[in-house]
Amino acid sequence: MNLATLATDSCHLNSGCGFPAPHADIFFLTPYTLDIFGQHLVFSKTILLALIVALIVITFFLTAFRSPKLVPGKLQSLGEQGYLFIRDQIAREVIGKEGDKFVPFLASLFFFIWIANLMGVIPGAQFPVMSSLAFPVALTLMVYGTYVFLGMKHQGPIKFFTNAAFPPGVPKAMYILLTPLELLGLLVTRPVTQAIRLFANMFAGHLLITTFTIGAYYLLSPSIVGALGSATSFGVTVALTGFEMFIQGLQAFIFTLLTAVYIGGSLHAEH
Amino acid sequence: MSTLAAVTGSLGSIGYGLAAIGPGIGIGIIFGQGVQAIARQPEAYGVIRQNMILGFALAEALALIGFVVPFVFGA
Repeated sequence: MNLATLATDSCHLNSGCGFPAPHADIFFLTPYTLDIFGQHLVFSKTILLALIVALIVITFFLTAFRSPKLVPGKLQSLGEQGYLFIRDQIAREVIGKEGDKFVPFLASLFFFIWIANLMGVIPGAQFPVMSSLAFPVALTLMVYGTYVFLGMKHQGPIKFFTNAAFPPGVPKAMYILLTPLELLGLLVTRPVTQAIRLFANMFAGHLLITTFTIGAYYLLSPSIVGALGSATSFGVTVALTGFEMFIQGLQAFIFTLLTAVYIGGSLHAEH
Repeated sequence: MSTLAAVTGSLGSIGYGLAAIGPGIGIGIIFGQGVQAIARQPEAYGVIRQNMILGFALAEALALIGFVVPFVFGA
């Protein structure tokens, strides 16, 4: 049974209806078509939310830094806090002083991912944009392109790969084992895990919240077990929502941190 | 070829359980050692926490892949 019928039918405990566990199909939202200016546009809630998120982030930073003052106002203060957080906690901590020129990129990444994730708990939106694999993949490809380009620029087009494939200070015989692993790690494992980590966290979190929300609705029935179970399930939903907000921030932070680590690794060869 | 033994049911759940063992141990070690390191050297909190989160992210990815794969490749 899918969720649309669950909302209309009264599927509760003891009504001869099994628990309608949510499945991966809750992530495939109904696409809408829009005919405008002779264009046939197809969009869903996911892409709409992504556009709104981009708009929010752009508008916020534009208004915060439109006319920067020496003594910042409220909005500029907030924008500076966010920017300085990325600079001090990520860029300078991981890359060092020369990380300063990557702060705009890292800050844009962090805030876009964070707000996109937050859409998972904001009432009305309630769909984490990053739980659609395409978004993390697109962001990861951007990061991948950036650090491969930077590595080729700073270490030389061939040197970048040989530096990574032959880490110094290792017995010669170990290269048989190490070189394929290092190259695989640089070219395949890094981008794949970076994208999957963000996607899977948001996917799992959304599925978990959905499961307990449906549980609260399903168990709602005139019996002791139903009432207690429903109340417990609802309580868990609220607690999980709080936990999910923590995870969303953490995942945005981790994605940005890994980006900084990879960029830092490209700027200087290991030694 | 005749089938000698077969398993049916929610294999994805079992797979996730198995996939979570390693990362569970790993994350436990990471945070345990991280807290110990902070207790020994509180002034290095920033660097330790950042590396702790990095290690946590790398270990956690395995468990999450185990969680998602049944949904993606499952029947």
